[in-house]
Amino acid sequence: MTTLDSSKEIQKNNSEVNETHEDFRMFGLITFLIADGMTFAGFFAAYLTYKAVNPLPDGAIYELELPIPTLNTILLLVSSATFHKAGKALLKDKKSDSQKWLFFTAFLGIIFLICQLFEYFHLPFGLTDNLFASTFYALTGFHGLHVTLGTLMILIIAWQSRINGGRLSSKNMFPLEAVELYWHFVDGIWVILFIILYLL
Amino acid sequence: MTISIDPQKTNNESLQPKGWLRYFSFSLDHKVIGIQYLVCGFLFYLIGGTLASAIRIELASPMSDFMPRDVYNQVLTLHGTIMIFLWIVPVVNGAFGNYLIPFYVGARDMAFPRLNAVAFWLIPPSGLMLVASYFVEGAAQAGWTAYPPLSITTPQSGQIIWILSVLLLGGSSIFGGINFIATIIKLRRPGLKLMQLPMYCWAMLGTSLLVVLSTPVLAGTLILLSFDIIANTGFFNPVLGGNVVVYQHLFWFYSHPAVYIMVLPAFGLVSEILPVHARKPLFGYTTMVFSIMGIVVLGLVVWAHHMFTSGTPPWMRLFFTIATAFIAVPTGIKFFNWVATLWGGRISINSAMLFSCGFIINFVFGGITGVALAQVPFDIHVHDTYFVVAHFHYIVYGGTVFIIFSSIYHWFPKVTGKMLNEKLGILHFIVTFIGFNLCFAPQHWLGLNGMPRRVAEYDPQFQFVNQISSLGALLMAISTIPFLINIFLSVRNGKDAGDNPWNALTPEWLTSSPPPVENWEGEAPLVEEPYGYGKEFSEQK
Repeated sequence: MTTLDSSKEIQKNNSEVNETHEDFRMFGLITFLIADGMTFAGFFAAYLTYKAVNPLPDGAIYELELPIPTLNTILLLVSSATFHKAGKALLKDKKSDSQKWLFFTAFLGIIFLICQLFEYFHLPFGLTDNLFASTFYALTGFHGLHVTLGTLMILIIAWQSRINGGRLSSKNMFPLEAVELYWHFVDGIWVILFIILYLL
Repeated sequence: MTISIDPQKTNNESLQPKGWLRYFSFSLDHKVIGIQYLVCGFLFYLIGGTLASAIRIELASPMSDFMPRDVYNQVLTLHGTIMIFLWIVPVVNGAFGNYLIPFYVGARDMAFPRLNAVAFWLIPPSGLMLVASYFVEGAAQAGWTAYPPLSITTPQSGQIIWILSVLLLGGSSIFGGINFIATIIKLRRPGLKLMQLPMYCWAMLGTSLLVVLSTPVLAGTLILLSFDIIANTGFFNPVLGGNVVVYQHLFWFYSHPAVYIMVLPAFGLVSEILPVHARKPLFGYTTMVFSIMGIVVLGLVVWAHHMFTSGTPPWMRLFFTIATAFIAVPTGIKFFNWVATLWGGRISINSAMLFSCGFIINFVFGGITGVALAQVPFDIHVHDTYFVVAHFHYIVYGGTVFIIFSSIYHWFPKVTGKMLNEKLGILHFIVTFIGFNLCFAPQHWLGLNGMPRRVAEYDPQFQFVNQISSLGALLMAISTIPFLINIFLSVRNGKDAGDNPWNALTPEWLTSSPPPVENWEGEAPLVEEPYGYGKEFSEQK
């Protein structure tokens, strides 16, 4: 069961006074994403402080190249759009279309992760080489963890939007909307991360 | 739809144990979860209190003769962490919040009952893990602040267990916070306006905002710290080019709001208790609401007053001194409102009222030393001395813990339908109040005269005052005995309380005691004036 408060609805429907309330699962998710965003804000603040006050030691290598992360930025932005397409299709109950878009979104997420790993293996510095190298890996790694979780969730809802027996429909949009919001959030974080880590 | 869900409900119910066993189950009932938080927190309070006693025994003599120095450091680390993360935060937020908030908003449960149960059940395992870390070779000994480089250079295994445990507790706290915000904003009964909510709802809303905004930063920081310990990175390790001050900034960005996370709910609870036992409306409801929100906003921008001796630049010292001094304004407003609530009231002297008055006295004392500590010249003099220890114990023990006891006396009849014994309650209060002040008031003097905190040995000239303090600690330990006797006796054969023994007007008293599973028989009452005391009296005239 993905509905956190299903028991609540059961309780409501059975009590003698038949009460209903609006669906506030999305509200809870937004609150959670604000909290999650604060974790990133802490990391960004630490990185910017390091940049401002801690000089790079002599002989330490910390150089980043732009092509792969730029490609990654484009991949994630496109994946946000394709996810939106999936939501639109599900709203019209075109389940197979929705599923195709979801698989495509997950595919873009996987490509992103592969590119990220490729970048990791070709960078001239490792995790413990110097302060900035550590911060770089911590930040991108933490974001990559979010992308990994997001991709897995997209695959799950893609499975759930299958035509025979899938739970998702225009009447049950919440799982898709929740993952979509999360995915847009992860994309937004990446854009900030891209600006701070690579462009500044 | 109702019919199709029906079988699930019966299925669900048969799985839920009945009676006292439900307190050991993954119950979704907010009342059960509230009691789970309270009892679990109290057990950890007993452990933390035992550790505190060990500290005071050690400090009764100037040499480290009761335990070795490193054990002393482990004990003080465990004491601080347990008291903050396993006693005060879960109890004053989780226990009373879960029990009361659904009543106050006129709901049958919290917004996300399952998330609520998950949040509670994260606590016992992480607490046990924390306590177990003491038995690992090299338990955490860097204090509850875990400042690097100390936390990096001390033995690793205990520190890592400490970090994991605090991360889990932080997660529990965030889940709780999300739940409270959703419940208060979204689950209010139709017709109930925000400005009609009992004050504890506002306090919990403010607290939960702080939890959601600041706890994740601590989580991120501790993850980086664990990388420093396990993976040999250098975020906070100066030897590898890292920066320890960054850790302090990130840590206090959580841990200063954490003070408000511990004390704001107590503000809310005392605002519930005083009007009932003084038979007067809460004075200045609107100013109370705005001062809570003011404390939330200011509380997020004062963290560096913990770091005046960390090479903080002058402009930062100036800013954080002024911001901190400003917090005294909303806090002072609340203090005067409580006094004005009592003014001219028909005060019943009972245990709940006594503990609340004790809170007001202790808290104003802790508040005054807090304003003093915010001033840079003074802070530099007493930083890391017993003055700071005395200050924050006046806030967290003299403030919050007094209110926890006051709330237990106030809401025990609600939860059990039985009254607590007043004589034992008043005895409990007297011993606690004398013990507490005897323990911590002399520590101001110790700090002003330069006795450093967190050190097992001290200059022999401080011995006499330390022994007075230890005597106070002994009284505090003894004070738990009448309380426990009272609880056990009253649960078994306390006087019948009836539904509303205090003639209170807040919604939780408008149902039977103990309340039914769904909180109300029929529709939830609409309480527009939770503090409308004295009205019936003036109308009679």
